[in-house]
Amino acid sequence: MVIRRCEPGQTFRTPGSHRLITIDHARPTLQQPQIDNTMKILVCVTSVPDTTTKITFTDNNTKFNKAGVQFITGPYDDYALARAIELKEKLGGTVTVLNVGEADTEPVIRKCLAIGADDAIRVNADPTDAFFVAEQIAAIAKENSYDLILMGRESIDYNGGQVHGIVGELLGMPSISPVMQLDINGDTAQITREIEGGKESLEARLPLVLGCQEPIAEWKIPNMRGIMTARTKPLKVIEPTSKDTLTNVASYELPAPRGNVKMIPADQAETLIQLLRTEAKVI
Amino acid sequence: MSVLIFAELDEGKLRKSSQEAIYYGAKVAEQLGTSATAIVIGQADDSELATAGRFGATKVLHAADSKLNEPNGMAYATVVAAAAQQEGTKVIVLAKSSLADAMAARLVGKLRAGLAANVVELPDLSNGFRVKRSIYTGKAFAYTDLTADVKILAIKKNTLAVEEKDATASVETFSPALNDGDFGIAVKSTDKATGDVLLPEADLVVSAGRGLKGPENWGIVEDLAKALHAATACSKPVSDLDWRPHSEHVGQTGLKISPNLYIACGISGAIQHLAGVNSSKVIVVINKDPEAPFFKSADYGIVGDVFDVLPRLTKAVQAL
Ligand SMILES: Cc1cc2nc3c(=O)[nH]c(=O)nc-3n(C[C@H](O)[C@H](O)[C@H](O)COP(=O)(O)OP(=O)(O)OC[C@H]3O[C@@H](n4cnc5c(N)ncnc54)[C@H](O)[C@@H]3O)c2cc1C
Ligand SMILES: Nc1ncnc2c1ncn2[C@@H]1O[C@H](COP(=O)(O)O)[C@@H](O)[C@H]1O
Repeated sequence: MVIRRCEPGQTFRTPGSHRLITIDHARPTLQQPQIDNTMKILVCVTSVPDTTTKITFTDNNTKFNKAGVQFITGPYDDYALARAIELKEKLGGTVTVLNVGEADTEPVIRKCLAIGADDAIRVNADPTDAFFVAEQIAAIAKENSYDLILMGRESIDYNGGQVHGIVGELLGMPSISPVMQLDINGDTAQITREIEGGKESLEARLPLVLGCQEPIAEWKIPNMRGIMTARTKPLKVIEPTSKDTLTNVASYELPAPRGNVKMIPADQAETLIQLLRTEAKVI
Repeated sequence: MSVLIFAELDEGKLRKSSQEAIYYGAKVAEQLGTSATAIVIGQADDSELATAGRFGATKVLHAADSKLNEPNGMAYATVVAAAAQQEGTKVIVLAKSSLADAMAARLVGKLRAGLAANVVELPDLSNGFRVKRSIYTGKAFAYTDLTADVKILAIKKNTLAVEEKDATASVETFSPALNDGDFGIAVKSTDKATGDVLLPEADLVVSAGRGLKGPENWGIVEDLAKALHAATACSKPVSDLDWRPHSEHVGQTGLKISPNLYIACGISGAIQHLAGVNSSKVIVVINKDPEAPFFKSADYGIVGDVFDVLPRLTKAVQAL
């Protein structure tokens, strides 16, 4: 969304969009500054194993074992979506959800629609490589001129924390992550970003690509009405526009289990310090 | 052809995690039969920069344009891309951090480089370029082939045991063309704890959970941390309740850390908490409930009351 004060009859182009806005002399009732009520937000979401999942592999450790696994929206993506809906409620506009994934991610996409996104796009492909995913997102963003592209700070499967930065670079837009607070004033975003041992307040002009984390917003839970309307909201499935990948997983491995725990009686707690020094050699 | 290491400064000193990255990069350079160059951005003395040699770098490129004084992932990516081009680099190494992650992602877009994050071992070059990286928030590893011409490795802390040597690196000023478009983000203010051990960098971490009952009780946690020169951390409910700052929260939705020693006090050990700390070398759990799940993932355990045990541990450390 872009708020611009302008004189009647004046025409301008909103940044990152191709729409021309013209103030109409024939409607003198307009007292407010002209609002281009189309803040377009794209939220990119992953479908990932629930955080309590015990991870296992099949096919000689070359495939993730989906059997019995519950898939959820990436927890950080959920924060991004929640803030997008809040901004839409406050400022007007639309929220589009985008996932690069195969058909089994649709329950997660529908849930995002139930939470309040207006429409969704699924790029029909197995998202194994961050660059590949970023190219799909960038291609869609180029066609649609979003004011904000919100993502999670990282996906909880591959934990790359890189898709937002790659998309920003491919689109020539600033990217910021991890974002803990986001407010929009006109065409400017006020942002708080976490840094090691603290935080930073930033300001930047839209359009932007942001990687989000708590406490940017509270996670939203769909209500009954949302679930009903989600069924009829548009979910467009498109094929990938490019196929390039730069990484390729050859096989997986589970971490070696920790040895048995050595218990120390509470009344001899001090021996722990000796053991950490002489046995574990970490202090 | 040299391996390029993106090394970060903290108040004019090379960060500990960057020292490890330089050491790792120098090992990769050895594997490839080439040398290691560090690129350092920001203000620092030549004498400090030359210490990169202790960790295996033979050369440091120093970009000290005052426009770069504020950490800026986009502008830093432009500088690192220029350095990579000058050095003919095919492998770029960095330690994960909020700045390095932002920089590396932009670099992927610029160079079409393949990036592996959370790398935990030296690469295997016997058949292409294969790395082992941690995935599913520490619950598994993926052996990943990097197929692009340029490869970026973001290493996890404690990947290698660093051995220092007696050597200095040569320092060269590096002044690539900067790109105005990279300076669109204005930093209004920074709010950062100083003087404390930075949690992501810390070798030793004392962490506490809801078992501490309230923020007023954190003194006993801080005392033990201070005695050990450790950083403090916390569980998610503790930061949600504002007992501790968000930047201390570890786990699935917080920081992922891999220190040498993680001492968990009054934390139950939920799987989402473990996800952030399970790659710590040694884990100590102190909990009054013998059934607390955390004991299953611990190396040492004490069933006891933190209000009794922590002060005694602090005394024992002070007596060392
Ligand atoms: C999607 C999702 C993501 C999450 N991400 C994270 C995350 O990143 N990090 C995280 O930590 N959690 C996370 N959680 C929350 C997690 O599931 C647990 O709820 C949380 O870790 C529990 O914190 P705790 O151990 O401090 O508190 P509790 O579970 O309440 O445990 C307190 C412990 O203290 C012990 N205790 C009490 N008094 C004493 C005493 N006097 N002396 C010794 N011991 C005592 C108790 O026996 C108990 O074991 C996440 C949850 C979800 C759903
Ligand atoms: N397959 C995908 N489809 C849509 N968005 C994605 C996908 N993978 C990653 N993202 C977005 O990019 C963010 C960072 O992901 P990553 O770089 O994989 O850690 C995620 O939180 C998502 O918002």
